[in-house]
Amino acid sequence: MPAVAALLQAPEPAQVPLGVFLLATVVKMIVVFTVYMVGVALLTLAERKISAWIQDRHGPNRVGGKLGLLQPAADGVKNIMKEETMPGHVNKPLFLLAPILAFVPALLAWAVIPFGAPWASRWGKITMVVADLPVGFLFTLAITSLGVYGIVLAGWASNNKYALLGGLRSSAQMVSYEIAMGMSLIPVLLLAGNVTLSEIVNQQAGMHLWNVLTLTISFFIFMVAAFAETNRLPFDLPEAESELVTGYHTEYSAMKFSMFPISEYANMATSSAMMATLFFGGWDIPFMRADNTTGVSFLGVLLSIGIFGLKTLFFIFVFIWIRWTLPRFRYDQLMSLGWKFMLPAALTYIVLVASILLALDYAGVPRGFVSGLIMLGVNLVLVFIAFVILDRGRIISPAYGRATPQQLARLRAVAAARTHLSPQSGD
Amino acid sequence: MAINVKVVDRPVSEVSYVRATLKGMARTFKHLFQEKVTTHYPEQKESISRRWRGTHRMLTTETGKAKCVACGLCPTVCPANCIKLVPGEDEQGNRYPLIFEIDEFRCIFCGYCQEVCPEEAIHVGRHYENSEYSREGFVYDLERLMQQTHPVCEMWDPADPKGE
Repeated sequence: MPAVAALLQAPEPAQVPLGVFLLATVVKMIVVFTVYMVGVALLTLAERKISAWIQDRHGPNRVGGKLGLLQPAADGVKNIMKEETMPGHVNKPLFLLAPILAFVPALLAWAVIPFGAPWASRWGKITMVVADLPVGFLFTLAITSLGVYGIVLAGWASNNKYALLGGLRSSAQMVSYEIAMGMSLIPVLLLAGNVTLSEIVNQQAGMHLWNVLTLTISFFIFMVAAFAETNRLPFDLPEAESELVTGYHTEYSAMKFSMFPISEYANMATSSAMMATLFFGGWDIPFMRADNTTGVSFLGVLLSIGIFGLKTLFFIFVFIWIRWTLPRFRYDQLMSLGWKFMLPAALTYIVLVASILLALDYAGVPRGFVSGLIMLGVNLVLVFIAFVILDRGRIISPAYGRATPQQLARLRAVAAARTHLSPQSGD
Repeated sequence: MAINVKVVDRPVSEVSYVRATLKGMARTFKHLFQEKVTTHYPEQKESISRRWRGTHRMLTTETGKAKCVACGLCPTVCPANCIKLVPGEDEQGNRYPLIFEIDEFRCIFCGYCQEVCPEEAIHVGRHYENSEYSREGFVYDLERLMQQTHPVCEMWDPADPKGE
């Protein structure tokens, strides 16, 4: 048992008594699970509210006061009471397995995300992460990429053309963006020199500069890939209501159906937490130096958890905000964006960051605030180049490059000729 | 392709997806705080036109009898065939409806019955909230038509086309 505890407590050996460690872990598990589940339920309400506000409506305001706070409960009751249909043509075991597989990975990833500063309790340092895995970062990537199985299996097991197309699309999409996502995170690892998530947070706190300031392009690529990984608009092709009915969950009903939206929101929350952890300093409070080695007081822990929650909620808001701003990508645009733009950009950025770090090491600049400032300066130049110079002239169709004047002229000529031939059909 | 492809003349050299997205996000963010356009329906109601043609109503004389003389014009003119009329006659030779039923489900609310009625008895009304627990409940008999109290539709007047 101590061996298992030591393995779970790495990278530092457990300093607290085993009993306290086990108790703390159980408490953390229960708290994280509860907060997460309730939070995901409330996210469905947040989505409806924010979408309503963006469309100048009020949103749910009948159940549970003006804010409709009981709407998730009402939805849950409705979904449980509904009839569970089991179409005759489905592959039964896979059909039942898919909703579970879609949801579990999103939940699992939370086990390694540090959600607060370590607590210097009277029994020793208690970390605010359920399991501080030494390979936490890799674990998250591995687990979140399992989410695609739920969707692909749902599409396959449904034996329905729309569901199958949705599942196929999601597998292609998620696998494509998985690569860009992983590549975009390598600069973070280069900077932190560690794959433990809590160490990545410590590095950002120690440098006094969050990774978003030094590695903006990484953050951008990660964010776009996260949208694709969670199947959120503008990349919700697996669902694509207007083309595929509702894609992979066409054949599902009642609670099995609502497991898919729940897992979508769970994935959203996980991605948001990852963005906050990897690029926005996790639980780090700006201008407040937390003692990472021994931990902070209980109040400090609560404060850092609150800050982490705020950062996560902000990204969740961005997810919803983007959804109600952008229309869906076309399938070829999605693929070309992933393979022809995101992946090369991420690879180039790895080389750039690696050379900058190497140059800094050769120049004898110690890793810290000063090197961070230099990286910030270089980063500003790169961001300017990427988003002002390189980005100019790239319209979304075709997404992979500039449309030449010749191409546009040809398209216009085709359209003009067609209009000329059939004057009665439209403008 | 059978469909006309519309090619938008974009200023290609200046267009950027990222900046356009940010612009769009600024627009949607502004809408978060704008005044809402929702009418809270059961509590608030939009006013309806004076020419609204809704639930029927049978007007009555001072003595509380239906104005209808069972002439049979409204079932004749009704394009949806939703009016059932069985005429009767009393000792003085006055005609009156023995049965007068309107099936609100079949009715298309064209208002011809009101237009054709020589006694200005049957009207379509300015009222739209009909709900029942059974289909039979939507067949309004004479009694029920007389009990309606909502204002009646004002027919279009050629002399005053805008209703001023």
